[in-house]
Amino acid sequence: MSTQHRCWVYGDDVNTDVIFPGRHTYTLRTPEEIAAHALEDLDPAFAAGVQPGDVIVAGRNWGCGSSREQAVTALKYAGVSVIVAGSFARIYFRNCINQGVLPVVCPPLHDAVRTGDVITFDHAAGRIIAGGQAFPIPALSPSVQAILDAGGLIPMLQRRFKGEAAS
Amino acid sequence: MSGRTFAEKALARAAGKPDARAGDILDVRPDLVFSHDNSAAIRRIFEQTGAPRVVRPERVAITLDHAVPAPTRQHAQNHAEIREWVQAQQIGAFFEVGRGICHQVISEEALVLPGETILGADSHSTHFGWLGAFGAGIGRSEMAALWATGELWLRVPEAIRITLRGRLAPGVTSKDLSLCILGRLGADGGLYQSIEFAGETLAALSLDERAVIPNMMAEAGAKNAYLPPDGAVFDYLEARRTRDYTPLYPDPDAEYVAEHTLDVSALEPQIALPDRPDQVVPLSRVIGQPVQQAFLGTCTNGRLEDLQAAAEVLRGQRVRCRLIVIPASAAVMLAASRAGIIDVLLEAGAAIGTPGCGPCMGNHMGIPAPSEVTISSANRNYRGRMGTPDAPVYLASPYVVAASAVRGAISDPREFLT
Repeated sequence: MSTQHRCWVYGDDVNTDVIFPGRHTYTLRTPEEIAAHALEDLDPAFAAGVQPGDVIVAGRNWGCGSSREQAVTALKYAGVSVIVAGSFARIYFRNCINQGVLPVVCPPLHDAVRTGDVITFDHAAGRIIAGGQAFPIPALSPSVQAILDAGGLIPMLQRRFKGEAAS
Repeated sequence: MSGRTFAEKALARAAGKPDARAGDILDVRPDLVFSHDNSAAIRRIFEQTGAPRVVRPERVAITLDHAVPAPTRQHAQNHAEIREWVQAQQIGAFFEVGRGICHQVISEEALVLPGETILGADSHSTHFGWLGAFGAGIGRSEMAALWATGELWLRVPEAIRITLRGRLAPGVTSKDLSLCILGRLGADGGLYQSIEFAGETLAALSLDERAVIPNMMAEAGAKNAYLPPDGAVFDYLEARRTRDYTPLYPDPDAEYVAEHTLDVSALEPQIALPDRPDQVVPLSRVIGQPVQQAFLGTCTNGRLEDLQAAAEVLRGQRVRCRLIVIPASAAVMLAASRAGIIDVLLEAGAAIGTPGCGPCMGNHMGIPAPSEVTISSANRNYRGRMGTPDAPVYLASPYVVAASAVRGAISDPREFLT
């Protein structure tokens, strides 16, 4: 199966304060409200222009800084289900997995695409096709993949506690 | 076969395993987990899981610190939901508005001890390396999972060793040292790593100064940071602790992915330029840059010695720009008051606020106006961090913050120190 995605391209060391500003952390509650402020201090065009299925393509260390999970929630509920980066800040990477958003580490893609380009995910072959070039998607460890397959950490726990209640 | 790093030993212990190596994925049972004003949001996630109750509530700490006292009705509602939850779940350690910042309060209460593992829903949980604990930050969903199960998967990180030689010169602090390291490592220079410190410089640092170093290593992307605990740490904990502990030290032949040595003797005061904590230059490059606000506080530099350092500079002076001082805890504020430090700060024109995080992440108590410049003793200066996107923030030591407040422009504190 392959799917097509429009890219939003950003640079290195993009921090969670610009993905979802701290001034909103205790006042906005619903995922939809949070999504309306996605990337507010980095790219004011993003929240208005993003469409379901779009992907982020970033440089190194995407999501550094604060641990705030809304920096993933904001993008997820804006319609982004895949983030490709040269590398991820470690808490951001975990927050992606836990919310069922696929983090793809692929350093060369950043220089191969521009905002607005459409790239193809070839899921069966585990690769991204962009501008005629193929970029491999690295496999995740089995325990991490299991969380993603469950749809995230909370759905995984829901199943566990449902099972415990039934047994 | 090579020996083990601190991270390998600490996570093996926390997972109940005889041994672990970098790259292993372990189910870890932390000795303490903590969260703060985000606990109401974590509660809502927890309630989705179907878990019947918080397991091990005696090993859960919650501190109200990020927006205290509540600046808006929404913040107040958030706090109210947390208090209700604490009571319903019999959370073991709850700290009210005004007690202080989570990292500082948990340290003062000795709720985590050398060799133990602590996970916090806060990116500066690397802080607890100051006492030789494994401290790492996690997300809200993960904290909900820990409340529900008491366990979380962690990958054992690779490690970097940084050996510090020599003694800091007068007017130069562990903040300058930390900024210098950040500038060299860069914002991802410690990504996923355990940053393990060594060398004779550490023993000469006070405990207040030591805490700055692992706290700031979060800005290099580190998973955790570690300072080897010594007699000064053990003495501090002795009267406060409620359980026994075994400190952990890396083996001399532990395997590190990188090793750095830094002689600190000739180090000059450092400063991070807007909008990156790793964009660090010697202070001398920006002397004279006008500032409209100076902020002294935070988990990085809001302790007694930081207030003392500011008072040394401010004694007999008047500030020429706003100086906001937020002690890291009530204990810090009380000690500063008893030592006469609060008097010196007030006489110089400082505005002193309730212990907590203050304006660090833009909630309240010192949000700059557009284009205003702030010099801050915090650990982050990202665009918009203090609440206003086009208000540049410089990061430096408490000495530099105080000296800059006196002149209304970035200044070298050594001119004020005799």
